This record gives sequence, C-alpha cells and structure tokens, in this order.
Amino acid sequence: MNFEQRQLVVPGTLLAEGKYEAGFNVYRDADQYFASIVGLADLRNDLVSVIPLRGCYLPQPGDIVIGKVIECIPTAWMLDIRSPYQGVLFASEFLSKPLNPMREEARKYLDVGEMVIASVIAFDRTRNPSLSCRDHNLGKIQRGTVIDVDATRVPRIIGKKGSMIGMLKKESNTQIMVGQNGRVWISGKTRDEEAYVAAAVRKIADEAHTSGLTDRIREYLVSNRR
Amino acid sequence: MTTEKLISDDGIRNDGRKLDELRKIKFEIGVLKNTDGSAYVEWGRTKILVGVMGPRESHPKHLAMPDRARIDAFYRMASFSVEEWKSPAPSRRETELSKVIREALGPAVFTEYFPRTSIDIFIEVLQADGSTRCAAISAASLALVDAGIPMRDLVASIAVGKVEGQLVLDVQDKEDKEGESDMPMAYMPSKNAVTLLQMDGQITHDEFLRSIELLKKGCLDVYKMQKEAIEAHFKVNESNTEEA
Amino acid sequence: MSNRIIPVVKRKQIIELSDSGKRADGRSLTDYRNIEIIIGQINKAEGSATVIIGGTRVTAGVKFEIGDPFSDTPDEGVMQVSAEFVPFASPEFEPGKPDETAVELARVVDRGLRESKILDTSKLCIVPGKKVWICHVDLYILDHCGNLIDTAALAGLCALLSAKMPEVKVKGEAVEMTGKKLPMPLSGNVPINVTLAKIGDKLFIDPSFEEEEVLDCRLSVAFMQKGDDEKSLMICAMQKGEAGYLTADEAVRAVELAKLKSQELRSLVSSKVNVNG
Repeated sequence: MNFEQRQLVVPGTLLAEGKYEAGFNVYRDADQYFASIVGLADLRNDLVSVIPLRGCYLPQPGDIVIGKVIECIPTAWMLDIRSPYQGVLFASEFLSKPLNPMREEARKYLDVGEMVIASVIAFDRTRNPSLSCRDHNLGKIQRGTVIDVDATRVPRIIGKKGSMIGMLKKESNTQIMVGQNGRVWISGKTRDEEAYVAAAVRKIADEAHTSGLTDRIREYLVSNRR
Repeated sequence: MTTEKLISDDGIRNDGRKLDELRKIKFEIGVLKNTDGSAYVEWGRTKILVGVMGPRESHPKHLAMPDRARIDAFYRMASFSVEEWKSPAPSRRETELSKVIREALGPAVFTEYFPRTSIDIFIEVLQADGSTRCAAISAASLALVDAGIPMRDLVASIAVGKVEGQLVLDVQDKEDKEGESDMPMAYMPSKNAVTLLQMDGQITHDEFLRSIELLKKGCLDVYKMQKEAIEAHFKVNESNTEEA
Repeated sequence: MSNRIIPVVKRKQIIELSDSGKRADGRSLTDYRNIEIIIGQINKAEGSATVIIGGTRVTAGVKFEIGDPFSDTPDEGVMQVSAEFVPFASPEFEPGKPDETAVELARVVDRGLRESKILDTSKLCIVPGKKVWICHVDLYILDHCGNLIDTAALAGLCALLSAKMPEVKVKGEAVEMTGKKLPMPLSGNVPINVTLAKIGDKLFIDPSFEEEEVLDCRLSVAFMQKGDDEKSLMICAMQKGEAGYLTADEAVRAVELAKLKSQELRSLVSSKVNVNG
C-alpha cells in the first residue's frame, strides 16, 4: 500500500501493488491499483477505494431524487436530475388513473419547469433512468426552496445513520428532503428560515471533510433562532 | 526579423531562461461558475481558460455513441489574444488544434463509463505566447479532474524547439516563429503514454531522440505542478472522522 | 429567454421575498452585487479590462486594425463592437456564430458607446479616404450569472478608457508603425449602463441569473456625462428586452432609479481609470 488513510489522491496515483480488490473510483492494471478520480484514498481489509471529492451523479434503483421537468411527451415527462442521463417519469408512475393521450395533455398535471421528488426504479446505462412518484412523500413540489449542491457531499448532509439531517430538522423546525442527486428541498414557515437552512446545507457541503462539523452546524442554526 | 540572437553565447535565451528551463506556470482550478469543471492557466504570458461540461446528453442525439461518451474539444483564440486582431470565427488552425487536443485527452478518460453522453471541453485562449496547445491540454486535464470525470492519469504537455541549432524546452512564441523546429508532446506519465506528438521544421534523427527525453522531463515537471494545483485546491482542513 | 425552462418554485420564492424588500442572495432590490474591475490583463491588446459582477465575468479587449473607411465617412475611423458568448459561460450557449442574444448585447453596448461619442473617430484617420483605424472592442462573455449587459458595457468602457493606440508614420502610400503608443482620442463623455428587471410589480437592479429566468422584462439605460459635470448628464441609449411588458409609470420609475445607480458605477469607474481623456 502506497498511501495513508484519507490521503488526497489524483487520477493516476498508484495506490497499491499486489493482492487487493479494486473498490469505488479505483482501476486495476496488472497488479497495480490506481485512483481514477480526485478524492481521499481508503483501505478497508483488502478493498482499495477513493472517496470522491468531485463526481457526477449516477442513479441507483431506490435513490430518492429531485428532478426538474424539461420536456412533456404524450405519456411521460423528461426530467433533469443533475445526472449525465435525464430521468423518465411515465404518467402511470405519477397519476392514480391511466392518462389517455388522446383526451388530455400530460402538461396539465406536470408542466415544464415544475419540480418533483421521485424515486429511481431502474437504471442501466443503455437506457435512461426511470422514475416513480408512487410512494408516500413523493410527488410535485408545491412550495419551499430547492438548492443544488455537489452530489458527492450528500452522504455528509445525511450523516451517519441520518445524524446530520436529523439534527438539521430538529434545530430548524423545517421539512427537509435530500435528493441523492445533490438537490435539497427545504420547506419552512417563512422564506427567511428556508434561506438560513439552505445556507447551513451549503456550509455542510463546503466543509464536508472536516471534523467537528455537526457541532458547528448546530451552533449556526441555534444562533439563528435567537 | 530581428538580428538579435535568440540564445546568447553562454546558453541564455532571450527571455532569460536556460535551455531546459520552463516558463513560470500557474494553474487555478474551479474558476468558473457554470461548468462541471474548470481551470485557468498562466504559462509565461500565455493565458488560457478551460471549461468542461459533461458528461451530459449528446445533442443532437444521433451523434451519441452507444457504448461510450463522446468527447469534443473546442479550441478558440480570442480576437485580442495575438499581435494582430483576429476574427472571432474559427480558423483552420483552430479546427485542427481542436481535433489533436481531443485526441490528446481522450485516451485518459474512461469514456466507457458514460455511454450515449457527451463531454465538451471548451478552451478560450485569452493571450497567446507560444505552446498554447500544451498549456490548453495541461489545463484541460485539471478541468476534467474538477468535473469529477474518471481518468487513467493526468495529461501533461510541453514543447521542445530547435533554436539556433540548440534544443530548448518550453517554446515561447518568438522562438517558435524564428526557430528551426517546434515539437509539442502530450504525455500520461503513469502510463508512459504519448497522446499528442507533432513536429514542424527540420531536425535530425538524433535531435529527435534527444527531444523525446527532454519532452518527458518537461512533462514530468508540468505533471508535478498539476498535482500541486489539485492539492492546493482540494486541501482538506483536517482528517474526517464523521464520514458517513 | 423564451427557450429557457422557468422553474415555478423559484418565481414564487423570488416574488414572496421581494414583498419584504429582500432577494435570495441577501441584497436589497436596489443593490448591485459585488463589482470587481481588473485593467490591462491582456498585454497583446491595446486595451483590456475584466469586469466581474457577482459571478458574471466579461473580458473586453481593444485592438486596432488598419482598414478602409466607410464610403459615407471617408475621413473617419470606425469603432466595431462584437460579443462572443463562450460556451463554458452557460449550459445554454452553443458553440457557433453569435445568436440573437449575443448580437443584441453587442449592439446595446455599442449604442451606449457610440451615441455618447466617447471615441472621437475623426482622429482615427490615417490617409484620408484610403486608410483609417478600425477600433475593435470585443466582449468575451466568460461566465453568466445574470446581467451580462452591464458587465459587458463596463468591461468595454474600461478597456477603451485605459487603452493606448499605436502611432503610425505615413510615407506616401505606405503606413509604418513606429512602435510607440499614443493616448486614445477620447471626448470626455463616459456612458454608464444600468439594467433593471421587472418581476411581478417590483423593479430589481442588477438581476441575478435566477431572477432573469423568471422576469417579465428588463430595461437597460445608458447615461453619459462629461467627467464630473452632472449638468452634462444625458440619456444616450435604452433597450427594453424580453417578452413581457412594463407600464409607462414603471418605465419612468426605472429610469429614475437607474440614474441614481449610474452615478455609483461612475465613481467606481473613475477610481479605476482616468475618465477625463
């Protein structure tokens, strides 16, 4: 092993030689393991991986994402989900009754520019990810504030076992939904409150890899209440 | 054409450098707000801004490749970047450079991770003073890193020229215009892979072999500076103990 | 703008905040974002300036070229303003020839400069009827976070005010560059452009990108003044843009507000370049 745990590495950095396993953001060439992305090198047992500091969002089935409608087609909507691939939301996954494209337009229910919280039901790179709004808590966003952050920071915004997001909700009295695609929806009683929580989320994203962050953010929110 | 010598009798070039000395190079990462990744370089008096957008849906769709991302590079020089005003419309030189730059960076990118998408690399030369393609490629590598696009290695690039019979590293505009040859190279050091190699002028086979060695040394110097720029930009304050 | 996707949640947010005089980035409705002006970065240009307003960034370069005069003004030089929207400035910019937005921007900035007669083109003649100076003012849009017009206009203005023109010697039919530089033939009139956006029933100075996505329309006004002489203040160019409309009262209020803001920008420019020509 050629690195220290959590060392900053760049594409092409030789991480290890010998009998290892290539984890996320690591590629193998003969018996050498290289980083493919800028991030923090990590070794767990034999698994060499790199925690990314920059990266695009690739959907995984089960992910909750926040998408913006960019196109309406007869029985579906195309969504920008801040990914190299646009999401497809079929009318059957959004409406309770089937949509007859002869009688009505999809636009009536969801128009270009509107935002939805959806889950990813399927994705392989040969087809666009398909989304669904069937579950409780999913659907069109009617109010609140939506902000964009780097998708690689989402784990930090959620925290270990939801510790960070839980603290945010408790200390701010707002509803918060974090999309795996780096979009965060915040809904509070006032716009000012939403703006403050949005600033806290941005702060978490910027300082994701520093220690003592949860406490600093808690202090930030508490001082707002005064 | 000036009658002044480009290299003095004791091996000092007209800008004060030794034969194998690089110009002052400064890289900055993440300088633009609307790109997925960006970088700026000041390489001597050459100033170039690079923005990367993607991977994103290809437009038009029929140009997308089914099994990999397509990469497109757009090398453009600003009208005020050179001595005489240049029309903003792309010249044939800019078209050729866009192609060789794309081919210099392509081998580094894991395009197979993003089928049917496009990665667009936009290069704007704000001031040109020799070896713009080398500075552009080196900065574009950093912009690709900033975009979080998986790569095999960084691509470093530099040029060697023959000036008044001697080989010089990192060719400046005056040396390119008045020297006997110019040979730029782009290189992935971890893979010992040459991804761009061009030459114009007249050199012997022996001069070619010596140039390759000098180019590898120069590329390694650039590579070191690229890594330092990345470390400076992504500097982590303290080690993280709460990572989820 | 009509091709852009307008996010519905955002327009509501912006209008609600504005009811208490506030904006998403913390500004009041009449504040400009932070403005940075950097002069002379591009040595190969006869003049250059980079202006950053908020995150919007424009670099302007002034280059002189010897060319033919227009047949109706045989003894006058020519000023030509163009704008390039570099694709990395915004996802909606496509590579290729300037589109209608780029053309409009170049012409609006040109109008402010031209109508104020900032450059005395009669002093740009080299060989009467045959050779004149063409003064290119090229605006490169490098990052788009809203209000491209004011940013580009300021960059073009500062590039012109800080430029030096080449000196030439005429020998019969031949024109030779002497290598020396001369001061620009400036009239002393300085145009300052201020843009406002109308969203709902409010006027927003210096709209951000998000505000531009949801606006009804915008109004850009150029005010010219000779140095510090406030009595010489005149309006020299105006442009209403985008698909919506504003009432006549709103237009009057907008011009009043723009006039006030233009004096702030004018002081900022004076602190960076010599405006007296």
